[in-house]
Amino acid sequence: MSQIFHRSTNLVSRVSIYGAVLIIGALGYALYAIAMSPWYTDQNVKRQQPVPFSHRHHAGELGIDCRYCHTSVEKSSFAGVPPTQTCMTCHSQIWTNSSMLEPVRASYRDDTSLPWVRVNALPDFVYFDHSIHVSKGVGCTTCHGQVAEMALTERAGTLYMSWCLNCHRQPEKFVRDKSEVFNPYYESPSAAKQLELGRKLVKEYKIQSYQHCSTCHR
Amino acid sequence: MDSEGSRNIAGVTEPEPIIGPGHTFETVTDKISSIVLRGGTTPGWVFGFLIAFSLLMLLNLVVTLLMIKGVGIWGIRVPTAWGFAIVNFVWWIGIGHAGTLISAILLLLHQKWRTSINRFAEAMTIFAVMCAGMFPLLHMGRPWLFFYLMPYPNPMWMWPQFRSPLVWDVFAVSTYFTVSLLFWFVGLIPDLATLRDRAKSKAAKIIYGMLSMGWRGSAVHWSRYETASLLLAGLATPLVVSVHTVVSFDFTIGIIPGWHTTIFPPYFVAGAIYSGFAMVLTLAIPIRKYYHLEDLVTMRHLETMAKVMLATGLIVAYGYAIEAFMAYYSGDANERYMMWNRIHGPYRGLYFMLIACNIVIPQSLWSRRVRRSIPMLFFVSLVVNTGMWLERFVIVVISLSRDFIPSSWAVYLPTKWDWATYLGTFGLFFTLFYLFIRFLPMISIVEVRSLVHETSEEKPHS
Repeated sequence: MSQIFHRSTNLVSRVSIYGAVLIIGALGYALYAIAMSPWYTDQNVKRQQPVPFSHRHHAGELGIDCRYCHTSVEKSSFAGVPPTQTCMTCHSQIWTNSSMLEPVRASYRDDTSLPWVRVNALPDFVYFDHSIHVSKGVGCTTCHGQVAEMALTERAGTLYMSWCLNCHRQPEKFVRDKSEVFNPYYESPSAAKQLELGRKLVKEYKIQSYQHCSTCHR
Repeated sequence: MDSEGSRNIAGVTEPEPIIGPGHTFETVTDKISSIVLRGGTTPGWVFGFLIAFSLLMLLNLVVTLLMIKGVGIWGIRVPTAWGFAIVNFVWWIGIGHAGTLISAILLLLHQKWRTSINRFAEAMTIFAVMCAGMFPLLHMGRPWLFFYLMPYPNPMWMWPQFRSPLVWDVFAVSTYFTVSLLFWFVGLIPDLATLRDRAKSKAAKIIYGMLSMGWRGSAVHWSRYETASLLLAGLATPLVVSVHTVVSFDFTIGIIPGWHTTIFPPYFVAGAIYSGFAMVLTLAIPIRKYYHLEDLVTMRHLETMAKVMLATGLIVAYGYAIEAFMAYYSGDANERYMMWNRIHGPYRGLYFMLIACNIVIPQSLWSRRVRRSIPMLFFVSLVVNTGMWLERFVIVVISLSRDFIPSSWAVYLPTKWDWATYLGTFGLFFTLFYLFIRFLPMISIVEVRSLVHETSEEKPHS
């Protein structure tokens, strides 16, 4: 009886058995890497805006408080995108002829909104409230990153549920003194000290680490 | 069990042979392999396959519609959120249990009569589990997110809810499917090598050659084959009991009247084996006739299976009795009402049909004449299959449609799409089964050969 398969089939079959395990593992890893990549999450991807607004200039170099523009952050679920009038409080006086600011002036003249591009947007099935976070000692930079160093604003986190839960499961690692919440240059102390401070603040601010589904998915 | 099927002639017990007389290694191999290799595609096979395949296309249609429109096309409405989908899931998965019992437990217990029926009983298991597995996935509403059921590293940082029996189900059923498939395939390897060696066409040689994974029949191969079979049998044995136990937990962990009882796990397992053996009979009787396998799947096989059915049927009957007694004895108004509702409520007809199909009619199997009559046996097997489906309907629907709050009561009625999904899974099952009997040896050549060997050795002693 003649052989059906060539001798090399032995090698091929062995390689393919071990290869299958490797390939399945590699595929799983690749899927995970894609899911975590900026290409998929938009993390650290700069957004083009109608006016190239720089947080680095305004919040960093000039030192304007976050709340000057994001007025409702302490009272409302939504921090608020400022109306053109807020820009014009200064820009009706300075850089009045800058061509870069023409869309702002046009918006003011025509009474139309500037079409800002949303950088951090949670899905509609997630309930999120800025005011409770801010008033319990969660700093702006904890979630939004080093905004005072961003020329064009980018998303600092993945906005995945794991990113939310990372803090909800261990708030003592992130919480800071209430007086430091709006400090864009706040540096948290060393890990051990942060833990000590965090535990004290969690107790003092009565922070409850809610993790039930219905905390956010109402 | 060896005295099973024995004939008492003049006070001397003489065991009836397991397979017909006059078989040698050559005739067994030739008979079984020729069905695949030389039998070809007969008109009868094509006819049956086409019916099965058109039902499979019906399933295709329903699933597509379900993906587009959602589970609202089914009759499930609050309070009966578990309708046909769960009834059919439990029914199909129960059917699978006979295959595992035959191939694993009876192997460990050295029951020789299993050899002629284990191959297609195992195939039945695998195809039934496939049909069963579809229902919970379709019932989820968003089947494409089925992987949420698995614990895998995900950006939500979430595990499935391990306290929920529905998650235990995922593990039970997927383990069951994996082990059954492996067991079946390992058992097939020497037979696939036989087909490879006997095949005439080049394509068949290559395909069976690849599937037989280089089997040469050396002593080392046989030794490893035996070890692997035993290990897999050992793995599969607890599954016979565990899978349907976990399925019954889907109900017992809930507090719905009629579900929250401790009798469920044993009575579900008995019911599963009951319906499984009924399905093996339903399949075996036409197959042995059509392919002239009467001397391999003998009357003794059919009679033994009928006895298993009778025994498990009595356990199931005991389960029903205890259910009714406990409802009375608990003194709980809701439990008592549940039982009253089964007998007097809108579904009473189905409850009485269930009692007739699962308890009354199978008692005819006490009679040797019924056990040895092919039409009667076939009829009883169909009746038991129906009865076991009704049992799941009674458990799922009657309890849910009238629970604690009378204001929320509603009668559940399946829609045409419910029926179409159910019929569609028959299409899937029989399409796979037709392909199986056409392209794989439906009886284990190796095991029947070893049976021939042993019986011929025994002869001089008797």
